[in-house]
Amino acid sequence: MPGLNLLHLLYLLQLGAAAIADGDDFFMPAAGSTSAPGVDRIFHFILAVSVFFFLLIVGLMALFVAKYRRRPGVAPLPSPTHNTALEVTWTAIPIAIVLVIFVWGFRVFLDMSTPPANSYEIIVTGQKWKWLFSYPNGTVDENLHVPVDRPVRLVMTSEDVIHGFFIPDFRLKHDVVPGRYSKVWFRAVKAGEHQIYCTQYCGTGHSEMLAKVVVHEPGGFEKWLADAGNFLKKMPPAQAGEKLYRIRGCAQCHSLDGAGSTGPTFKGVWGRKEALKGGASVLVDENYVRESILEPQAKVVAGFEPVMPTYKGRLTDQEITALIEFMKTVK
Amino acid sequence: MSAEHHDAHLAHHFDTPIQQLESGKLGMWIFLSTEILLFGGLFCAYAVYRSNHPEIFVYAHRFLDTRLGAINTVILIGSSFTMAWAVRCAQLGKQKALVVLLGVTILCACGFLGIKAVEYEHKWKDGLLWGKRYKAKTEHGAHAPAAKAKGLLPPTAKVNPEVKSLIPLPAEAPHGLAAPGHAARAEHAAMEAPKNVQTFFSIYFLMTGLHGIHVIAGMVVLSWMLLRAIRGEFGPAYYTPVDLAGLYWHVVDLIWIYLFPLLYLIH
Amino acid sequence: MEATSFEAVTPLPPSENALGRDNYLSRTHGLRSWLFTLDHKRIAIMYLVSILASFFLGGVSALLIRTELLGPHKTIMDAKTYNQMFTLHGAVMIFLFIIPGIPAALGNFVLPMMLGAKDVAFPRLNLASYYLWVIGALFAVLSIVLGGVDTGWTFYTPYSTTTNSNVVLLTFGAFILGFSSIFTGMNFIVSIHKLRPKGMTWFKMPLFLWGLYGTAILQVIATPVLAITLLLLIMERALGVGIFDPALGGDPVLYQHFFWFYSHPAVYIMILPAMGIISEVVSVFSRKHIFGYRMIALSSIAIAILSFLVWGHHMFVSGQSNLAGLIFSFLTFMVAIPSAIKVFNWLATMYKGSIWLATPMIYVLSFLVLFGIGGLTGLFLGALAVNVHLHDTYFVVAHFHYVMFGGTMIGFLAGLHYWWPKMFGRMYNERMAQITAILVFIGFNTTFFVQFVAGSKGMPRRSFNYLPEFRIYNQISTIGSYLLGLAFVMMAVYLVRSLISGKPAPANPWGSATLEWQTASPPPTENFAHSPEAGDPYDVEAWTWDEKIGGYVKSGGTVTSGATVPTVGTAGA
Repeated sequence: MPGLNLLHLLYLLQLGAAAIADGDDFFMPAAGSTSAPGVDRIFHFILAVSVFFFLLIVGLMALFVAKYRRRPGVAPLPSPTHNTALEVTWTAIPIAIVLVIFVWGFRVFLDMSTPPANSYEIIVTGQKWKWLFSYPNGTVDENLHVPVDRPVRLVMTSEDVIHGFFIPDFRLKHDVVPGRYSKVWFRAVKAGEHQIYCTQYCGTGHSEMLAKVVVHEPGGFEKWLADAGNFLKKMPPAQAGEKLYRIRGCAQCHSLDGAGSTGPTFKGVWGRKEALKGGASVLVDENYVRESILEPQAKVVAGFEPVMPTYKGRLTDQEITALIEFMKTVK
Repeated sequence: MSAEHHDAHLAHHFDTPIQQLESGKLGMWIFLSTEILLFGGLFCAYAVYRSNHPEIFVYAHRFLDTRLGAINTVILIGSSFTMAWAVRCAQLGKQKALVVLLGVTILCACGFLGIKAVEYEHKWKDGLLWGKRYKAKTEHGAHAPAAKAKGLLPPTAKVNPEVKSLIPLPAEAPHGLAAPGHAARAEHAAMEAPKNVQTFFSIYFLMTGLHGIHVIAGMVVLSWMLLRAIRGEFGPAYYTPVDLAGLYWHVVDLIWIYLFPLLYLIH
Repeated sequence: MEATSFEAVTPLPPSENALGRDNYLSRTHGLRSWLFTLDHKRIAIMYLVSILASFFLGGVSALLIRTELLGPHKTIMDAKTYNQMFTLHGAVMIFLFIIPGIPAALGNFVLPMMLGAKDVAFPRLNLASYYLWVIGALFAVLSIVLGGVDTGWTFYTPYSTTTNSNVVLLTFGAFILGFSSIFTGMNFIVSIHKLRPKGMTWFKMPLFLWGLYGTAILQVIATPVLAITLLLLIMERALGVGIFDPALGGDPVLYQHFFWFYSHPAVYIMILPAMGIISEVVSVFSRKHIFGYRMIALSSIAIAILSFLVWGHHMFVSGQSNLAGLIFSFLTFMVAIPSAIKVFNWLATMYKGSIWLATPMIYVLSFLVLFGIGGLTGLFLGALAVNVHLHDTYFVVAHFHYVMFGGTMIGFLAGLHYWWPKMFGRMYNERMAQITAILVFIGFNTTFFVQFVAGSKGMPRRSFNYLPEFRIYNQISTIGSYLLGLAFVMMAVYLVRSLISGKPAPANPWGSATLEWQTASPPPTENFAHSPEAGDPYDVEAWTWDEKIGGYVKSGGTVTSGATVPTVGTAGA
């Protein structure tokens, strides 16, 4: 009986599935979070069921083709055109199997979507085409730094279109929608790095919208956070300014390579005389830049719309100075 | 059944005129169900926004003129009546009555559109328009005396459509159902304009606009029927087109009968 | 080789072949006789030519996409062009090819003949539906010529409302194509209700008609919702109504609900008629009555109904409530059952048959394998916890192609090869067709199987660029796509050769028992000389090969094929 052999195979596959459930196997990447092994166990169970049914269907098909191949002078054998018992059986068994998968899949899903009470909270902002992670102390970074073995809750929103936040190693994904907050959580199991992707198509740079999860050793995260919150003091002003340029939203409208965008490019802007809306002109120096950051509508460069929001109260004097130093270096 | 009468109208692939008539009617019913489903999408959008933001609907509907809406409802119900009568006349072979009744139905449709145009014009003047065109003028709102009498403050524009990239503060995640406490908020809405009033006017213009297009399509069909009726093409032996046009017209009326209370009569 | 049995027979044209005599192709001549025809067979041929042209366009864009993905970063095009290319591929394949493919081309040809009728219920509407297709296609092509669209075929808001490309043209094209689809559906429902011949009760209909009936219901009920959705999208772009724009108080996720309320049933619009074809072909080429007729028929209707209730499984990670996830996951698993039932019934039909491995049957075997994989990988995606990981990755891309190409396209090819002799009155080169069918199978699996691995490893879909670890999967996939391309070139060659110099086909080359084979190949304009009377559509054993005629004839019955095949030349009206 081929069926019996296939049952054996199913059993072996399940053993194999259990063995590799949290490893880097043919299909799944290495598991990096506490939720991942649970997902992998369902994945491998479904895989085993699928392989079994696939072999059953293809095996029977091959058998029939070989055995009942058309031969001259041989008519088809008489056989019934329906068989209620058989048809009920092959309806009932798949229903039972899919019900198991359904219940299992939903229970694990519930665990994955219910964060523990004492989670550490990080705000995630998606924008074309990068991720920004904001920490409770005001630090903003382009990579997600988290402590190992502690539940982390991400509160995510988008500034423009829908993005998809995906960490394959954590088996975690959620759409990031403008105008609402999505919440996910995870608990990383060991120190190391993991890849973050955007999975919801969002335009030209969709596939470049990458970031890393950096899981810190115990104690390492707090140290990183303190340093990161202090970067203005640790870095030269121009370098700190560049970081601010990236994480505070300047990059969305002001290019560095001369490309046109919502606002004027920073390339070669320093010391240039800009024509203003209404005919006047202005020299781009420290005072003009400072004014434009705090009162963007005061002097708008000709050819651009007055759409920049004010950064009054959002950037400190020290940060504005760092940005000015950075702008001087963009030639 | 006298076969000679039917032959001219019987297509080659049908066996009997009955089969042809029944096929035509079934086809028309299927088409009408697609029309209802087309509006169904808008009704769903209406239901979603109304259950999530009832205050917008309670507030904004008062800027619609219930009197004109009611007159239009009466006109359309009347036109449905004359249409049904017209079909009956076609079946009985009353040539003259058929022509007159079709004409009256078309006139009713014109009246409906005329009143609709007056309503639209008022909205236009007051800036009570859809989405990003919504710019309510503070000194207006005179056409909505009911609203004024209740001390309703005119809505003010709250959005700056130019700033696409600056999404306002995220709204709370939409709930499947209206949360408790909405009733209280709805009361409050009588005092001041809630956020996103433009949503109501977007839905208002989409629904009545699509309906208006259907009224125009109905007028074209009815005019064609009128032309054929004047030529004397219809009679007891052949009235399928009038019958089918009538079905279409009833559906157009039916949709308005739902639109009127949903948009004008909100409490 | 059994498949060559008819080739070995008479060199003279089979006696029931109408080539060179009066048939629907030769009755009238000139372009006008085609462009204004009301004959469902000619409309079907025009549809066939048009959708194959669309398939060519979609196929070329697929090859360009795969070539670009040979390596990470830019290979032959930049990111913007790539994004336009996959939008073009998706939109053309879905809206222009695969949705109208089987119903409008094959279904239009076969449905009235299976009913023993002269035409569909509304021939003028049928022609109108074709011209709507043409206008819709022109809009789609225009949107490409004028610079392309980069939203993906799903047009998700708010990307689609803010991108600087020709979204309105393409969505308006899809809107018009929707009405073409609705009209075809209406026509089929009314035809099946009102034009069935004497003796054909609902449960004596060929299963292809059940498939088309289920499809037509879906087309009629789901497509209007797509129409209003696309209309709202157009209004959003043109007037800024803000229904889907969060900046104006709208909800972008509502668009996804609307879109998938149509587009999930649309998947079944694509697969149901293919399942119908498989049901026909598996019985004929196993030389056996279909097994479990009633279950196959009812499962088509079950699929049609359930498919309206599962749209939310496209949105498991979009932020819908856990309760919605629970319900949609459950219903998703339930919709798998009717498909499983069909597969088991087809296998049981082969049991103890006399399996003839002619080209259509090779496609059936191919279908069982590929659709099997496509269906089983659906289980992974239906399970909520696993779906979270696989959502929007290449796993979904692979699953979708296994169902749509492995299911619908293979079913379409089975049907095309099965009805080809009836449509054009000529046979194709059987050996070439068999080799091509096997090459399609190999090429397809090479292209798409590795995508399951790339996806579960985390590669997001619609990616212009990818990390180096995904290179090997993409390269294998691209090589597979070239094999697939080669297979289709071969197919084009032998099919065109068949049209020019193929052997004349008999009335019934495969020994089928459905009515369309009981008239000459190609059929006369009226389809039948006398209205045929319907019997059991799967009584294929009653048809035996006749050396003299060069085709199958009914043996043992009271009606011989000669009685229902018109004497050619007298069919003129």
